[in-house]
Amino acid sequence: MSAPSLDPEAQANSLRRAQVRRSLTRRNRAEARFRALGMVSALAALGFVAILFGNILSRGIPAFWQYSAVLNVTFDPAVVRVPERPVQGADQSDADYQTALLGWQRRFSMVNWNTLISRAVLDAAPAGVTADQRAVLSVIDSGARFVLRDLVLQDPSLIGQTVPVRLLASADADNWAKGKLDRSLPDERQQLSRPARDLIDAMTTQGSLQRSFAWHLFTNVDSRASPASAGLAGAFVGSLYMMLVVILASVPIGVSSAIYLEEFAPRNRFTDVIEVNINNLAAVPSIVFGLLGAAVFINLFRLPLSAPLVGGLVLTLMTLPTIIIATRSALRAVPPSLRQAALGIGASRTQMVFHHVLPVTYPGILTASILGVAQALGETAPLLLIGMNAFVANIPATPLEQSAALPVQIYLWQGNENRNFFEARTFAAIIVLLALMISLNALAIWLRGRLERKA
Amino acid sequence: MTSLLIAALVLIVLGLAYQQGAARSRALAGAGRLHSRPRYHGALVALWAAVPLLFVLALWGLVSGALEDWYIQPVVQANVASGDSLATALQRVQGLASGFGVSGQPAPWEIDAAQTLRAFQRQLQFSAIALGAILAIGGLLIARRRVSARLRARNHVEAAVRAALILCSVIAIFTTLGIVLSLLFETLRFFSFVSPAEFFFGTVWQPGYASTGSEATGGYGMVPLLVGTLMIASIAMLVAIPVGLMTAIWLTQYASRRVRTLLKPMIEILAGIPTIVYGFFALVTVGPFLSDLGDVIGLNITATSALTAGLVMGIMIIPFVSSLSDDIIRQVPSAMRDGSLGLGATKSETIRMVIFPAALPGIVGAILLAVSRAIGETMIVVLAAGNAPILRFNPFEATSSFTVTIVAALTGDSDFASPQSLVAFALGLTLFVLTLMLNIGALAVVRRYREQYE
Amino acid sequence: MDRQFRSPAAPAGPRIRPAQHDTVENPARITARDVDVFYGDKQAIFDVSMDIPEKSVTAFIGPSGCGKSTFLRCFNRMNDTIDICRVLGTITMDGEDIHDPALDVVELRARVGMVFQKPNPFPKSIYDNIAYGPRIHGLVNSRAETDELVISSLKKAGLYKEVADRLDAPGTGLSGGQQQRLCIARAIATGPEVILMDEPCSALDPIATAIVEDLIHELKEQYTIIIVTHSMQQAARVSQKTAFFHLGRLIEYDTTETIFVNPREAQTEAYITGRIG
Repeated sequence: MSAPSLDPEAQANSLRRAQVRRSLTRRNRAEARFRALGMVSALAALGFVAILFGNILSRGIPAFWQYSAVLNVTFDPAVVRVPERPVQGADQSDADYQTALLGWQRRFSMVNWNTLISRAVLDAAPAGVTADQRAVLSVIDSGARFVLRDLVLQDPSLIGQTVPVRLLASADADNWAKGKLDRSLPDERQQLSRPARDLIDAMTTQGSLQRSFAWHLFTNVDSRASPASAGLAGAFVGSLYMMLVVILASVPIGVSSAIYLEEFAPRNRFTDVIEVNINNLAAVPSIVFGLLGAAVFINLFRLPLSAPLVGGLVLTLMTLPTIIIATRSALRAVPPSLRQAALGIGASRTQMVFHHVLPVTYPGILTASILGVAQALGETAPLLLIGMNAFVANIPATPLEQSAALPVQIYLWQGNENRNFFEARTFAAIIVLLALMISLNALAIWLRGRLERKA
Repeated sequence: MTSLLIAALVLIVLGLAYQQGAARSRALAGAGRLHSRPRYHGALVALWAAVPLLFVLALWGLVSGALEDWYIQPVVQANVASGDSLATALQRVQGLASGFGVSGQPAPWEIDAAQTLRAFQRQLQFSAIALGAILAIGGLLIARRRVSARLRARNHVEAAVRAALILCSVIAIFTTLGIVLSLLFETLRFFSFVSPAEFFFGTVWQPGYASTGSEATGGYGMVPLLVGTLMIASIAMLVAIPVGLMTAIWLTQYASRRVRTLLKPMIEILAGIPTIVYGFFALVTVGPFLSDLGDVIGLNITATSALTAGLVMGIMIIPFVSSLSDDIIRQVPSAMRDGSLGLGATKSETIRMVIFPAALPGIVGAILLAVSRAIGETMIVVLAAGNAPILRFNPFEATSSFTVTIVAALTGDSDFASPQSLVAFALGLTLFVLTLMLNIGALAVVRRYREQYE
Repeated sequence: MDRQFRSPAAPAGPRIRPAQHDTVENPARITARDVDVFYGDKQAIFDVSMDIPEKSVTAFIGPSGCGKSTFLRCFNRMNDTIDICRVLGTITMDGEDIHDPALDVVELRARVGMVFQKPNPFPKSIYDNIAYGPRIHGLVNSRAETDELVISSLKKAGLYKEVADRLDAPGTGLSGGQQQRLCIARAIATGPEVILMDEPCSALDPIATAIVEDLIHELKEQYTIIIVTHSMQQAARVSQKTAFFHLGRLIEYDTTETIFVNPREAQTEAYITGRIG
């Protein structure tokens, strides 16, 4: 301690100390407030993630289990009356044969499969429960008749036999059994008639109507007539084709263009223009790419509407800037010493890039590409503009056929009139989409970690 | 089948040419030092052979359809009965020619025409392949003769590689050009129906359901859409800026390194979620919640409203703002921070009075980028804003935006050439110009900011 | 100890002559006892103890990475701002432990000003740069008081004449030497008793350095100054006491005269004659 003197300097010092000390309470309180505000913000952001995922999972997961019944269906020959399958005659043109075949298949569709279904349901129901055919049929998904039809089409020898078949409960029945419908509503406001509701309750208590994992969500295509059996298979394949187009087009083009700009391009106006252009393109709203697709690919080049090829091309143009920018920053991270070393031993510029620089940046480029593809996978708006919002109920065989895509399927399902049933199903589709995207991201992270350790 | 054959042909030509070039240069190697290694000679010869071949094949693929039509059309036209569609007749002939056949008994003249068409197709295909092959072999021979010890094959191959790379970089420019030209072109077509003055300053949005060719009916004033767009974007920014900025500040200045490495990626998850997911979340969860909340506090909030869309969009943009601000705040030299702390300032005083002002230009840039994102965002608004293009300023009611209207215009049943559809391009152009200006401004600000601290 | 360094056979570099100062030592203002500093698992300072006399200049010298800056930053607890940094031992100022939980670090830093290696004026006007400290500490209550304090601080830092007509111009627009004097003025404005200077001239040209050194010379009449420097000449010119650090240890601490003319330790000798560095 300095000697307690009364010289003016010491006085001034202690006065200042007192002033500082006096300001401390207020300032520390402000500090705590500010800090709390920051933490609250971060927690809020985190809370949004939690709420979003909690909401999606809690509402989507139940949709992965649906009610279905294993019914003993008797293919009564009296009901299933169909001719032999036509054989192509020697003089018959392919087109004529196709017509004949279609006609034959149409005969199958005209069989009254519903009779078989309602018989089988009543067989399975507990004794004493009665219901008219309409009520019985409202319990089973209307797609069931196609299941039976396809079974017989595949194996006509089934006619006359009794076989166990798993049939899905209808959307309404599923909702009722899951307790998603208000049981207190009067009859006239219920979607299902009273006998149908009683039948469902009886069958669920008895155990013939059970919940099981809805594999058909992944194997079936979309369906409007029979919502319970609607699935994502078409959307999967459509998205897969689009991702293939994106990978095949945007990765090579993006990486080449990044290599040129980073390693070869002279610093001049032209390169500046390309640079500014790429940066701006990265921030152009995705819907503008959709407009480009609609005007150029669809209207000018007359490419087919709703085709994964066109969707893929649009998404390619959209992801290109992302991949270019990410690849460039990966290239920029390569130390100049490596380049000088390569040039120093007499490699040409091209050799330096392809033999020395690219192998080092390969993990970064791979990660950038996967992230670009993941981004493209979730994009919806541009696809709507090139007609991909069309209802498509088959799996596209080629990228030029009409097709759905995962995010567009979500858009279509959320707009379905049967909100009660499709809300959960839309969440389920969202879970599938997010799971795919998260696995892509995880793959990117894992690959980067693995490859960087090796390098 | 044909495409497989052609692919095989190309591969064979490539392999043969490479082998020829490499072999010849290897043979020369005994005579003296080669300028380039044999594989470069091989690649050069392969290029000489494959480029003309691919060029011819591409040309054939592009023009063969048109050539065939041009060839067979007079034949069909001469035979087709007046009143029948020429296009249908053409299709039938093409169907017959392709071997798939047509339904019903084909007329004799159809079979004849189909046979001529088939013959022509064969000729065309043969001549394309023959021409391609001749050029390829010619290229191969020329290139093979040029192989010599002193030929700078590597330099030639590298020039070709470089040309390919340049071609790829130019695609980005073509994309922009394509966007600008297609938007401009279709917008001009739209302006032949509706005057620009009405479009830009009109306050009524009510496109009628007129059929193609007729005069445009109803109002095409974009002001209600602009107001809706800006209202939603403002609400989004009111959510995203404070939360995003404070999150960035807390993560960079207060959180321990462990918390930071844990939380930052978790918050950034929000950025990777597709917008359709946000849209649906807004529609089924946030909208009803806000509406119920409104009932409780005595406000009339519609489930799909500017507020719903803006709020959820704000959540989506939080990580965008926070990670950009994070980068920018961390670029402020730590000397600045130490200087303030060294004077006895508290952390929050340092942040508010030194770090934040220093980072402000960069943060403004980040916010401009975020605004441009909010304006161009589509799916959230499509699902959650209610699509009510009415000029009003109440955020609790349904509204519309540029993007919603673009989607509505192009996914409806209107003909592409009708003003109801074309207006999408006029709106798209406006949106493009708006976001472009924001982006250019933002990038300029951010760049200047970076230079300041480099 | 390795005596070889002292042997006459060893070529001695040119001796640096310290300036002649009054040799009366002022009473200790700051005392450090057994200070250890860790960065994570790595120890940067080993068991350092020393007394810093008031109203004089104490210089810390040593090869780069020897811990002299780290040790300097203990005196105003700037090391607190580094997450992984831990400081053990006691440092007292006027008998008070600066790590006392009852003592707010804000208060400590108001009393112990700091000037950094690179001039770091805030992106504000010259005026606001200087007014910043007094304002946040509540030392000024009116514009007139602030004006007075800003001007007197600028005068003390010898900068007033150069910037009197442009107090509203940004501080970043000044030359390097002026910026550093602005930072000194900024530190003075909060009325510190001790000023820590972390290589204040390393980013300056020789002329600016000379001006700052003269300033340090004047300031020691009023303030206790600790300066870290990589330039032995500078230490010799400005300081009364010098501490030589090597590999995180305090090797020798004595009057500047002794250190440069007649060091006890061979390592010190080796350093000041230029054989380690």
